[in-house]
Amino acid sequence: MAQMQETVDSGVIPVRPVTPWWQRASKRRILSMAIIYLLVLPGAVMFLIPLLWMLSTSLKESRQIFVNPPVWIPNPIVWRNFSEGWSAYLPFNTLFVNSTLITLNNIVGNLFSCCLAAFGFARLRARGRNVLFGLVLATMLLPNEVLIIPQYVLFTKITQFLKPWWDYYTPGGILWMRYLSWLPLMVPSWFGFPFFIFLLRQFFLTIPLDLDEAARLDGASSWRILMQILVPLTKPALATVVIFAFIGNWNNFLMPLIYIRAQKEQVLAVGLNQFRGQFGHVDFHYMMAVSLIVLIPVLLIFFFGQRIFVQGIALTGIKG
Amino acid sequence: MTASVAARPRKPGRTLQKREERDFWIAISPWFIGLLLFTGGPVIASLVFSFTDWTGLNLSGFIGLENYRVLLVEDLVFWETVYNTFYYTFGSVLLGTLGALFVALLLNQNLPGTYFLRLIYYLPSIASGVAISILWIWLFNPNVGLINFLLVKFLPIDSGPAWLSSQTWSKPALILKSTWGIGANMIIILAGLQGVPQSLYEAARIDGANVYDEFRHVTIPMLSPVLFFVIVISTINAFQILTDILVMTQGGPGTSTYMLVYYIYQNAFQYLKMGYASALAWILFTIILALTLLQLWGSRRWVYYEGET
Repeated sequence: MAQMQETVDSGVIPVRPVTPWWQRASKRRILSMAIIYLLVLPGAVMFLIPLLWMLSTSLKESRQIFVNPPVWIPNPIVWRNFSEGWSAYLPFNTLFVNSTLITLNNIVGNLFSCCLAAFGFARLRARGRNVLFGLVLATMLLPNEVLIIPQYVLFTKITQFLKPWWDYYTPGGILWMRYLSWLPLMVPSWFGFPFFIFLLRQFFLTIPLDLDEAARLDGASSWRILMQILVPLTKPALATVVIFAFIGNWNNFLMPLIYIRAQKEQVLAVGLNQFRGQFGHVDFHYMMAVSLIVLIPVLLIFFFGQRIFVQGIALTGIKG
Repeated sequence: MTASVAARPRKPGRTLQKREERDFWIAISPWFIGLLLFTGGPVIASLVFSFTDWTGLNLSGFIGLENYRVLLVEDLVFWETVYNTFYYTFGSVLLGTLGALFVALLLNQNLPGTYFLRLIYYLPSIASGVAISILWIWLFNPNVGLINFLLVKFLPIDSGPAWLSSQTWSKPALILKSTWGIGANMIIILAGLQGVPQSLYEAARIDGANVYDEFRHVTIPMLSPVLFFVIVISTINAFQILTDILVMTQGGPGTSTYMLVYYIYQNAFQYLKMGYASALAWILFTIILALTLLQLWGSRRWVYYEGET
């Protein structure tokens, strides 16, 4: 920089020999690389340590947990912590199935309702469309807490009303909705989720409108345009919705905590917290083992969907 | 376009435009019904509840602004929760934004391994929920937790803070945990950094700018809309902290981690004071709205939009 300045100022080529630019550049580059790695690598290690510590604790014998200095590599490695923690205290298998059913239902429900609404807002001209879309944005800003209490009252009334009918006609549940207490957790997902509607609409808007019009000229219905033009062209956006919906529902804690009473109807997040409540201050090896199992689907989704994640979050700016 | 459709045998009077309008209403109907049923209705109901002393069991009736008066004037715990929530929000937004900016600036270089480093920094923000809260209880354990072990090892102190068991350190502990999740902000800021035109840096360099000048006069102004967005979203998120409180502290020790949403939860679902909790929820909404508007107003001083002159 100084060199260049000098040249520009004096207007003559400097006479003293200088190192060729490529050597200078690479030295500077090596130095800046070194500084960056020096700052970034320790941070990265610190960010990984909690998860590594989780893994390490989950494989320890109980007497190796409370030792100082801590043991990083367990000796012996106790794999049975996973099976014992999983089966000893709570019916985690059942909770796992419950979490999976509810999460899958909500992913499909969100995809269905949000694709449709986003399609309407992005592609179908109608009076009042912009006002209605304004409502989508407005409800995105409304904090959930304002809605939780009246929704709770509403769903408690509905389930109380339906209970005799449900017990009499469908004691085994309807399709994958096994228990009436799942109704408040499963039904709303079929009625749209403002953030996903907004996200999908933005993606649909990037597809040229000419495609729709050409298809319409050939006699295609709106629904064929959605299914055969827009959906295939916006797969990354749909994947983003699937991933966000998966993580949001898998981790959802408050809704099942409020609505589900019976143990066999409960989901993993709440079960995990009950587990902590009972054994939280002693059996850290079991706690970490079970927590890790609960976390594994999320980690898998992360590793397989990393590129989509990074894309999706950059586009929308909202955490999963 | 209309002509070719009209050439087909169609029901008379049903033009393309009308069909499109009908399809629009069909397409948005699930969302629209949900809006009326699960959002619109509840919003009105919540407002009505907040003027009653309804407990979920019995309702003696409409009490006007009494809930709000009690909250603002008599309820000392409420003011405690407001203080705690602001404390936590300020700490986690400040550290979260600065930390994310710092890491994003470093990882914006095209160096070998940056993709994996970005992934490592991003991973914790995805891994949230009860499992992670439990992990942090273990890390914060005052005697055998990893954090205190590392503190004692690398700092000249005999013992670390008691973290979640200490009234002083419980909020800093929660802030510390929240900074583990800066990855999402980092990704947003990285996306913003990629959008800064290289020509501006070249121009600055020709004018003799050093690294600091470039950062101060090119990067920050060009990045300011993104930073503003990050700050607003992080503030809204931090204000609604709940799972960590339910799992890690239950408001304690003492009332040191009573946060607004936790207090709403407790009033509504443990004390069954639905009316009171609804009033609380509306106060929370007002605070968040006011904060967002304040940030919007303040942003005019420091956020630079390229379209404006």
